[in-house]
Amino acid sequence: MTYASSKTKESRVTQSGEILFEDVSKTFESEQIPAVDSISLQVAAGDLVVFLGPSGSGKTTLLKMVNRLYEPTSGKIWIGNEDIQRLPLNDLRRQIGYVIQQVGLFPHMTVKKNISVVPRLLDWEKNQIQSRVEMLLELTGLPNTYLERYPNQLSGGEQQRVGLARALAADPDILLMDEPFAALDAINRERLQKELLRLHCKLDKTILFVTHDVEEALLLADKIAVLQKGKLVQYDTPIDLVTKPKNSFIKELVGTNNILRRLSLVSIKSVVKAQDHESLRKNPVNQGADLFPAISTGEDLRSALSLLLSSGSDYLRVEDSSGTAQGLISMDDLRKMLMSDNLAEKKKCDEISD
Amino acid sequence: MRYLINNLDLVSALFIQHLQLTLMVLFFALIIGIPLGLALARVKWLQGPVMSVLGIIYTIPSLSFFVLLIPIFGLGTTPAVVALTAYAQLLLVRNWLVGLTSINPAILEAARGMGMSGWQRFWQVEFPLALPMLLVGVRLVMLSSIGIGTIAAFINAGGLGVLLFEGVITANYNKIFTGALAVTVLSLIANYGIRALEQRAEKSIHGSQVKY
Ligand SMILES: Nc1ncnc2c1ncn2[C@@H]1O[C@H](COP(=O)(O)OP(=O)(O)OP(=O)(O)O)[C@@H](O)[C@H]1O
Ligand SMILES: [Mg+2]
Repeated sequence: MTYASSKTKESRVTQSGEILFEDVSKTFESEQIPAVDSISLQVAAGDLVVFLGPSGSGKTTLLKMVNRLYEPTSGKIWIGNEDIQRLPLNDLRRQIGYVIQQVGLFPHMTVKKNISVVPRLLDWEKNQIQSRVEMLLELTGLPNTYLERYPNQLSGGEQQRVGLARALAADPDILLMDEPFAALDAINRERLQKELLRLHCKLDKTILFVTHDVEEALLLADKIAVLQKGKLVQYDTPIDLVTKPKNSFIKELVGTNNILRRLSLVSIKSVVKAQDHESLRKNPVNQGADLFPAISTGEDLRSALSLLLSSGSDYLRVEDSSGTAQGLISMDDLRKMLMSDNLAEKKKCDEISD
Repeated sequence: MRYLINNLDLVSALFIQHLQLTLMVLFFALIIGIPLGLALARVKWLQGPVMSVLGIIYTIPSLSFFVLLIPIFGLGTTPAVVALTAYAQLLLVRNWLVGLTSINPAILEAARGMGMSGWQRFWQVEFPLALPMLLVGVRLVMLSSIGIGTIAAFINAGGLGVLLFEGVITANYNKIFTGALAVTVLSLIANYGIRALEQRAEKSIHGSQVKY
């Protein structure tokens, strides 16, 4: 299944998924202090960047300036080489996907009609819309039989999947998501987070994702922008945020002292790679390794720790997704890893691309 | 009953005339009320003053309202339609406004964020979602116009009120009874007819209730 839509991208007002916030501020008319205070931020095309911060820190305000639901008081926002202020408003919005916590599906439209809103605004051909909608249902894990259902016949999780499909409908380069999973129960939230990761790895989309849930941010983000009272306090990868917090606010927020959280950010793959050949020879994979519990390269060190403790074994056998042995991992490796300063980043897409 | 049977032609002519008067009122009421309600939904501070004015108009006694309009519009249908349309605004605009303002703001934000123009938002989202409440307004306008419309016979606007007035003057109770019966029948038809439309519109908002 190919993802690209047949609609030509040449007709679009922006051609890139790269976003640049240049000294952006926003003060609401009724307010004294700015909701967003001179934020500069560069988002590389294809990255998933999370805006993280407490309630009222300006996350939503910053996000809504990208599709111009709010206009900045000062500063500029660029998408690729385009200053978005200079672009036709509705053209801009039609090529930026938008997902909100309350979902906001149109209750009087079927799932199919909901998903195809933007393609219809863009005058796509009928059969092109049909195949696009079917493809998006499959992509978001919804059965084809849902096409003619109405939103009130879907569960909360299913509604948000439709919301996601609707945002992806016209194949946008950029996706804005404002606490999309906050209203879901824990099980559905986790499932949709995984789905989003899978989609992000599969599709080449820039995603700006707002949340105040630290776990969610660490799980999803390529980079996290931490906001506090309208200011950008730190903009870093999850691992750098946890290991090198810039101030006590962030230390507190991300739980730098939380060992389990640190472990959860490192993939097994990176540990196995870091082991030198010496240790591999000393722990030959094929000598009795079958006796050790197996763990996949895509898992993180937190799962490894948990498996070591629960199985009582001294070693775990590391396998890739095809079941081929890659090496061994021990409690000692975990300890060493925790003490080292430069933890290797967990590659989000490992599990998917393996 | 005898009166009705003997004068079927007259009664049905008046019945049709009455219906025409009400539909004309509804037509003008919609033409004025729909944009007015939309404007009020957008410009919130106008709501208080405008609704007060419509409320005050509604409290003018109908007979005096009709008579007051005679110097401007003369006798006949015109002053009747003008007065009834003015009354109708309160019922129509109030319900239409409730329909518009009770739409979940998240839905409107989604519509905006997806790049619908103001016009597209209105026709594809706001109108269908507020339609059931608009129809409630339409039903109330029909019922009140049918009722108050009987009094319009007093200023030569015709309609079923003719039977009532003539019946009162000639003390013809059969005539009064027939007129009242015809008005009731017309009201019931209007009520249930529009009710059915309301339910259809309501259903299209919430989707079919069938669970698969
Ligand atoms: N439309 C508005 N008019 C006036 N003030 C607003 C508006 N929207 C937001 N604010 C204010 O701007 C500040 C930032 O709000 P914003 O919604 O961006 O916060 P947030 O980080 O998204 O918070 P939350 O996690 O609660 O959603 C808050 O103080 C809020 O009260
Ligand atoms: Mg918010």
